Amino acid sequence: MSNQRPEHTGPPELYYNETESSKYASNSHIVKIQTDMAERAIELLALPEDKVGYLLDLGCGSGISGDVITAHGHVWVGLDVSLPMLQINKEDDEDPTKDLILRDMGSGMPFRAGTFDGAISISAIQWLCHANSSDQNPRKRLHRFFQSLYACMGRGTRAVFQFYPENEQQSDLIMSQAMRAGFNGGLVVDFPTSTKAKKVYLVLMTGGVQQLPKALTEESEAAERGQVQNIGRRVFQTGKKGKERIVKGSKAWIDAKRERAQKQGRDVREESKYSGRKRKTKW
Amino acid sequence: MKLLTHNFLSSRFLKDVSTGYPLKLSIEEKRILDSALDVNFLKNVMVKIDYEVLYNVAESIGESELLPPPDAPVTVDTLNDEQLNKLHRVLVCLDVIVGTLECPESGRVFPIRDGIPNLLVNEDEIA
Repeated sequence: MSNQRPEHTGPPELYYNETESSKYASNSHIVKIQTDMAERAIELLALPEDKVGYLLDLGCGSGISGDVITAHGHVWVGLDVSLPMLQINKEDDEDPTKDLILRDMGSGMPFRAGTFDGAISISAIQWLCHANSSDQNPRKRLHRFFQSLYACMGRGTRAVFQFYPENEQQSDLIMSQAMRAGFNGGLVVDFPTSTKAKKVYLVLMTGGVQQLPKALTEESEAAERGQVQNIGRRVFQTGKKGKERIVKGSKAWIDAKRERAQKQGRDVREESKYSGRKRKTKW
Repeated sequence: MKLLTHNFLSSRFLKDVSTGYPLKLSIEEKRILDSALDVNFLKNVMVKIDYEVLYNVAESIGESELLPPPDAPVTVDTLNDEQLNKLHRVLVCLDVIVGTLECPESGRVFPIRDGIPNLLVNEDEIA
């Protein structure tokens, strides 16, 4: 497989042709990763437990993420710009409640106001950052997309986008257009220190004050995720926290004093192994 | 495409179209899928559905019998099992395979093929 990003090779409706679509849908590695990311995206949607949601899957492709939504018991509508992908999706008859629409995200959402209880999008939105014909302006398309998405989402619902930002400007562009459309929220970066496991999710919320969910890190293992940590919540912090006072006359105190004096440009003895040592009582 | 989706579709994204709702649906080929009734989902979605639009479409394809008439507001709790099943059949089980969607204002036609409506538009058609 080449290291080139697929969005650099051309428009998605041409990139995901019959061969590429069937390769994508049958590659177990891709399916595994996409499934995991869809699971996490649904977790970030934070839908009420008992509700059977009506969800939107943006860039649903061959339906890997949709299968996860179905497994969670929700009903979904999928949008994609690649017809071969949708056809593969449609052939899979396991889930009779899903529905598919051939549509370019950049030309806006074709729905009435307040239709959906949530939206997820797995590895799709970065396609919008590229112009594939002379009349396409990424900034305008992103703006139109977010604006129309905001309209068709119910109040207090969320949209979660997993994507691979190419660089900082790209995620800034996506973020700023989302904010301009009226969403609030931000990026949740899972496993930020790992190059392989790192995943970026843009969590957008409509209306209301909601707390941005916490990102996963290597330390917080799966065991911790099921429970609430109350330690530290009841302890009141009084006085100054943080730095402890350095005891006068200690090694650390001498070092700090020397450093301060050196910074001021004064003539001081250089540090040696004898600095701060106690003199022997007898010599 | 399902009537559930049709009920939420709007062609407002087109240039000089103010509501674009409801889209005129004509059906050439349809099929009935097998799926289990989910009352919870119906409850959630019936709040948002434009029932009159749904009823009119169902009537145009001869599926409206048993459905409550659209002149009074419909709540899922007051319906009997037969009506619930019928509602579920019309909303979720019925799949339009071939047909067209037409914008009520501009007359732009969107084809439905293989059960997938094609809502692709050119950049110069959008506002």
